[in-house]
Amino acid sequence: MNVNFSLLVPEYVLVGVAFVVLTVDFILPRRHRIHLSWLAAAGLVLSAMVVMVRRWDTVETLYDGLFIADKFGLFFFVFLTTLTAVIVLISHDYVRKHIRQPGEFYALMVFAAVGMVGMAQAGELLTAYVALELLSFSMYVLVAFRRDDSKSNEAGVKYIVLGAFSSAILLYGISMVWGATGTTYYAGISEHLAANDGNLDSTLILGLALILAGLGFKVAAAPFHMWAPDTYQGAPTPVTAFLAVASKAAAFALILRLFTQGLLPALEEWQVLVAVLAVATMVIGNTVAIVQSNIKRMLAYSSVGQVGFLLVGVAALGYVEDGAVIPVTLASDAVMLHLIGYAFANLAAFATVIAVYNHIGTDELSGYEGLAKRSPYLSMVMAVALFSLAGLPFFVGFLTKFYLFTAAAEAGLLWLAGVAMAASVVSLYYYLMVIKRMFVDDVAESDTIPVAVSLPSLSWLLLGALLVGTILLGVYPQPVADVVEAASGAILPGA
Amino acid sequence: MNNFDESVLTLLLVLPFAAALALVLWPGDELRPMKWFSAAVALATTVLVAWVILGFDYTEAEQYQFVSETEWLTQLGIGFNLGVDGIAVAMLALTGIAFPAAILVGWNVDARSKDYLILLNLLVGGVYGTFVSLDLFFLFFFYEIAVLPMYLLIAFWGSSTNFPRFTRLKEYSAMKLVLFLVGGSVLIWISIIAMFVEADLNTFNLVDLQRVGFDESFQNWVFPLLMIGFGLLGGLWPLHTWSPDGHVSAPTSVSMLHAGVLMKLGAFGIIRVGIQTMPEGAEAWAPLLLGLGAVNVIYGSIAAMSQTDLKYVIGYSSVSHMGYVFLGLATLHTLGVTGAVLQMFSHGIMTALMFTLAGAVYHSSHTRDIGVLSGLAKVMPVGAFFFAVAGFASLGLPGFSGFVAEMLVFLGLFQTYPWIGALAVIGAGITAVYMLRLMAKVYFGETAQRWETLPDLKLNEKLVAGTLALTLLIVGLAPFYLIDVIREGVRHIPAVTG
Repeated sequence: MNVNFSLLVPEYVLVGVAFVVLTVDFILPRRHRIHLSWLAAAGLVLSAMVVMVRRWDTVETLYDGLFIADKFGLFFFVFLTTLTAVIVLISHDYVRKHIRQPGEFYALMVFAAVGMVGMAQAGELLTAYVALELLSFSMYVLVAFRRDDSKSNEAGVKYIVLGAFSSAILLYGISMVWGATGTTYYAGISEHLAANDGNLDSTLILGLALILAGLGFKVAAAPFHMWAPDTYQGAPTPVTAFLAVASKAAAFALILRLFTQGLLPALEEWQVLVAVLAVATMVIGNTVAIVQSNIKRMLAYSSVGQVGFLLVGVAALGYVEDGAVIPVTLASDAVMLHLIGYAFANLAAFATVIAVYNHIGTDELSGYEGLAKRSPYLSMVMAVALFSLAGLPFFVGFLTKFYLFTAAAEAGLLWLAGVAMAASVVSLYYYLMVIKRMFVDDVAESDTIPVAVSLPSLSWLLLGALLVGTILLGVYPQPVADVVEAASGAILPGA
Repeated sequence: MNNFDESVLTLLLVLPFAAALALVLWPGDELRPMKWFSAAVALATTVLVAWVILGFDYTEAEQYQFVSETEWLTQLGIGFNLGVDGIAVAMLALTGIAFPAAILVGWNVDARSKDYLILLNLLVGGVYGTFVSLDLFFLFFFYEIAVLPMYLLIAFWGSSTNFPRFTRLKEYSAMKLVLFLVGGSVLIWISIIAMFVEADLNTFNLVDLQRVGFDESFQNWVFPLLMIGFGLLGGLWPLHTWSPDGHVSAPTSVSMLHAGVLMKLGAFGIIRVGIQTMPEGAEAWAPLLLGLGAVNVIYGSIAAMSQTDLKYVIGYSSVSHMGYVFLGLATLHTLGVTGAVLQMFSHGIMTALMFTLAGAVYHSSHTRDIGVLSGLAKVMPVGAFFFAVAGFASLGLPGFSGFVAEMLVFLGLFQTYPWIGALAVIGAGITAVYMLRLMAKVYFGETAQRWETLPDLKLNEKLVAGTLALTLLIVGLAPFYLIDVIREGVRHIPAVTG
């Protein structure tokens, strides 16, 4: 077999960056190690540049489709590494104050990025599984990284137990699919499904259901979301941001590729399942978020709700007409766009949470009372982020939700879009309650919290960039929409 | 058409948003320049509106004018398309007057005035945007923008109301208002997306969608969603309960904009998106709209009669007056619909005037309790005079715009549903009762000792009240121009007969 190993140069660079960070960590004197964040971020950006140069127009596979390099993979490679770089920079001040081993912290983030780009480019179930595990193992360590903090430890234990459990379910599902079809390649599964249209083996269907459940655990879709709130709350906040944004985006990259290139012919079997999962996730995530008193828990439930919206897009990937499955390209566009918009808004929110925590040492919502007076800038960024998450106009969230729901209607799921809109109104309620705390409520007299919140210039810049991005994408989305359309065309041709 | 005509609507739309952005980035804390800046921007939009009104060619009113089209998102066929017809022109005129008036009345707000001005600008930008958008995406986009700043405007700058047994908190009113309106917009959103899919043209262009001619069965299930979704913002019974609470809790200039302009977005949406795209749906559901509108008129005026709070009276009278708008629309008759749009204009001006005066009373006396206030005419003669003007316009005295508008609605009703017309006239009678009683109690009669030292209207309030009252009078005495413009716009709607 003739294998073109040079295709993987960008991945080599990424792995190399992780090892370089680890090595430099040994050499640098302790007080300089905090600056490893710059090295890690630069390395991540470098790999993104390398992949753009190396694979801009490449459509190529390795090992008969085990690894697929195409526009979709390219898009997610760049998106995920950039996200990781941003999170690395966001964590800079947090790490300086609360983390004792910056080298390992950043190296693990880069390793997680390797796993994520693998998930987006795998064309075979076991490869996707291995990539997913690389991501998960990095995250298990990162979640429990504050060894002196019992909350962080608890979060780590919950995450690792449930994570291992869900991996087992996923693996079990994969084995069943293999048993029924004799292949784990997406393309092979697709052929098998198309050939046996209408009379699928029950083993295969059970296998698909188990895979769906396993992935549901990974993205924290209800009813598989129980680990999320505790883990999100206990983990160091930059890691929470990573879990909520980057690892979720990677999981959806995997889901998109699997469901389009592998499972699309069996749309009738799974569409209802995914739709039901979406409804449960939106409803549970958005209603339980209302009663939270800790902002990280609230954002955890809110991101469960957001996963519900994304699942609406997955359910809308096609519709059946005269027995044939017609793909809906708008749906995969919409999921990717929503991931981008969600990343901007959610990172802005988490960056604010980190800045507030670094300053006043609490993540309780009561700490946000009167924030507008203490730091107009932080409260403005937070307000924009929350408005965007709620899907209000001017901000990218409005456009991406509009896109998602239009796609759902295009696939004949108008009722699902209706449920999603209603869930979106509910979400507005708890986002507004935070806004109320920041802008309307006053700081209590006896408050020991200092009045003015000062921001390091790096945080200031990052927050500004995320703020501008959230607004700019909301008012001028055409270029990004074109990029996304090209990327989703690689996995969902035609229509 | 020259170049400026093509960009005048864009400019009108961009101005308030640009002003909001400029205020966000404004260096320094000095408030006076910011206020002057906002006033200048508001007046600039008025000038642009005047340009549109003067340049509007109403011999060709069946076409949208001042049209500009820009592709915005090709994947979904969304275009940044702007244009106005006769109905939109009347609404622009209303906004062009109410916006500077609200800025002027809000001149005395001194807590966090900068944020206040930013939010006001955003709100008005959303209002202008909704009136001039010819693309469903953007119409919805601006509609939502117009609603959202209300939360902070009411929750922070508003006031709570003490009732004998409970207190209606401003935060509660603000949240109620936003959740009701955003909840209503879910229905609009569903309809918009359903229209996009049903038309299968890959476009949200409203002009194209108006020409589609949807299936009757489709129209029959989508039109009620639009009617209720938009009607909610218009205060359609029984979903009106957010409106008196919201109006009362809001600070004066926000009440002016909200009752004056924002509620009109709802009725405007029913025409623009509902009636214009779905004639058969409109015909099928007109009886329901008629029934609800009649309840609005009667229920609103009876509720207004039993209020003890000055602003609640005005709030419920808005519910009642918006009922005439719904009645007019439901006739689907040229006279009735023209009357409805004129009523939207007239009520907007009138209610803005009333809230200005109620605000002036509240700011100096710190109470809005009708039982306590009495004989204010002696100490605030100017205020009393203008309140009388607003009150007479409200009860439909000939010579004021309210008379013309209600007359047209009644004429339209008698052509189509005479019994409801009779009911509506009774409603106008009840309005006369509570308005006159209110005036008699608050302004005339014995002046209580504690009110002896109340100051009269301030200069800015006089200016605003004078302008608004003059508008009521001009439109009342010479309504022809406005009626012509509106009627030409209305006549070309396929669903409207007569």
